[in-house]
Amino acid sequence: MSDTLLQIRNLEVDYLLDKGAFRAVKNVSFDIGRGEIFGLAGESGCGKSTIAFAITRLAKSPAWIAGGEILLDGRDLLKLPEGEMQKVRWRRVGMVFQSAMNSLNPLMRVEAQFHDVLHRHTGATRAQSRERAEAMFKLVGIPTGRLSDYPHQFSGGMRQRIVIAICLALQPELIIMDEPTTALDVVVQREILEQVIDLQRSHGFSVLFITHDLHLMAQLCHRIGVMLKGELVEVGEVRQVSGAPAHDYTRRLWNAIPQLPGRPELAGGVA
Amino acid sequence: MNLAPNLSLPAVEPVIRLENIERSFGAVQALRGISLSLTPGRALALVGESGCGKTTCARIIARMDRPTSGRLSFRGRDATATGTREEERAYRRDVQMVFQDPFSSLNPVFSIDHHLSRPVLLHRHAEGKAGVAEAVSTLLADVGLDPAVTRQKYPHELSGGQRQRVNIARALAVQPRVLVADEPTSMLDVSIRLGILELLARIKRERSLALFYITHDIATAAHVAEEIVVMFAGQMVEWGDTEAVIADARHPYTQLLLSAVPDGARPFIIGESARFLERAEKVRALSRPTSTAVEQVGKNHFVRALAAQN
Ligand SMILES: Nc1ncnc2c1ncn2[C@@H]1O[C@H](COP(=O)(O)OP(=O)(O)O)[C@@H](O)[C@H]1O
Ligand SMILES: Nc1ncnc2c1ncn2[C@@H]1O[C@H](COP(=O)(O)OP(=O)(O)O)[C@@H](O)[C@H]1O
Ligand SMILES: [Mg+2]
Ligand SMILES: [Mg+2]
Repeated sequence: MSDTLLQIRNLEVDYLLDKGAFRAVKNVSFDIGRGEIFGLAGESGCGKSTIAFAITRLAKSPAWIAGGEILLDGRDLLKLPEGEMQKVRWRRVGMVFQSAMNSLNPLMRVEAQFHDVLHRHTGATRAQSRERAEAMFKLVGIPTGRLSDYPHQFSGGMRQRIVIAICLALQPELIIMDEPTTALDVVVQREILEQVIDLQRSHGFSVLFITHDLHLMAQLCHRIGVMLKGELVEVGEVRQVSGAPAHDYTRRLWNAIPQLPGRPELAGGVA
Repeated sequence: MNLAPNLSLPAVEPVIRLENIERSFGAVQALRGISLSLTPGRALALVGESGCGKTTCARIIARMDRPTSGRLSFRGRDATATGTREEERAYRRDVQMVFQDPFSSLNPVFSIDHHLSRPVLLHRHAEGKAGVAEAVSTLLADVGLDPAVTRQKYPHELSGGQRQRVNIARALAVQPRVLVADEPTSMLDVSIRLGILELLARIKRERSLALFYITHDIATAAHVAEEIVVMFAGQMVEWGDTEAVIADARHPYTQLLLSAVPDGARPFIIGESARFLERAEKVRALSRPTSTAVEQVGKNHFVRALAAQN
């Protein structure tokens, strides 16, 4: 096993529209190391989610992967038969989306939803699922007594933590988080993301963290990629991308974020 | 000593004044003793987490909802009870709202021109075809959109930021005195928020509008508002001059809110999550009980005492 978990090579993704193909992802390449938190930043519409869906091959028509490779441990996911891919999805690559907290089944107790996922992917018995669910609830800081509650009995932030807990229960090697906290308040956002970095440290998984907020990204990622209109314009260590961005666009992105007065400027204070 | 939370500067007559507003939905006390004033040419930001009562407060000001108790005055007159038809019409024209979701607040089947022509005509701010067209163009230019390009477009052809500008133009079309903006940037990318905030600050200044800016993001509040109210669970916990509240936050909830604003210069520290979670829970528990004790800590800077210390 090498230190690199995921390699994206020259990825191209189109949306096939009536008026022709629209290239949403243009020749994008980057790596994510084992145990690395890699951030993908950029304005809305630049192609971040399209990449997330391509990795999990959940992209639906009219999305079309026009070229490139997505190597997980050296194996090209784009070439796997769908049956094989199903074993990779959730088991090896987990996903938490912005609206994930609304994807819980409102009619099922949370415990049953754990079992549903664990049984489907690992064949776990009810007792095994219960044990795993309790362990996961402890990890994300929710009292285990609440496993028998229904989703609507939790706040939005708690529901998002439950989705993360369900995702972690399968012990994936990579978790893709696409704007996982964009719909939440800053305090709740921080509660969840601090937890993610602690869990990452204790469990060792890798994270692809997607957001439009560079400041937030710099607080938890090791390396950052910046996208502009389907292209990856800059990739680097967090310190470099925040302190000395190479690309003009990265600098503009930093300066466009409303900050509290009196906070030090990042990106070298470039105007 | 009367420390009634009053945000108006004595020299300026407020357009809207809330005194001790309460609003309950069954057992839920959505607003507890809200008192604040909106003054021409100034912005007041109402900041707090989701569910704390911000929209309820906005709806009361916009007359889309009624308080359970308390007093609402408009241009010096008591407007708590429903007035005459004429008074209600004037109120509704003078107080306009911009909503959070720029996507759902415009009708997809109508052009931008149609969206803006209607209020202009309805409130007779222009006459004749040419007059209305001229008024619409001026509005679009005022909110930073190119009239020639934008007029004939449909909502889906615009970006989120552009749509929010159209919503602001539509509110301005009736020449209101008060603009209530309920989280106008929270569904937009951080990178385009600044432009909308600058626009709000400019129209407030140029048109002497009283702006009520609602947000859960205290960093954006600092960009538009001279005064800020931090609210938690329906109670104002800290309020006053924006600079004072941010630079010298006294209430633990304000401090928590400030510490959670993303700051790339301060990476999260591994192993801290349990401590932050515990702190946040503790601050919420401390801030929730009703407290009537208010302390003045600066010229225009007030803090509600924690209930336990009463
Ligand atoms: N289902 C779709 N059909 C057509 N175009 C799409 C579809 N989904 C996304 N796009 C387009 O692809 C581009 C990238 O979108 P997306 O990956 O969602 O961006 P991001 O996640 O960075 O906001 C955008 O221009 C968007 O309009
Ligand atoms: N029409 C209503 N019926 C019942 N409860 C409501 C209603 N409107 C708001 N609430 C409750 O009042 C509280 C404040 O809500 P809201 O003003 O929407 O908060 P915010 O805008 O700060 O997120 C919440 O607990 C909410 O559930
Ligand atoms: Mg996206
Ligand atoms: Mg609201």
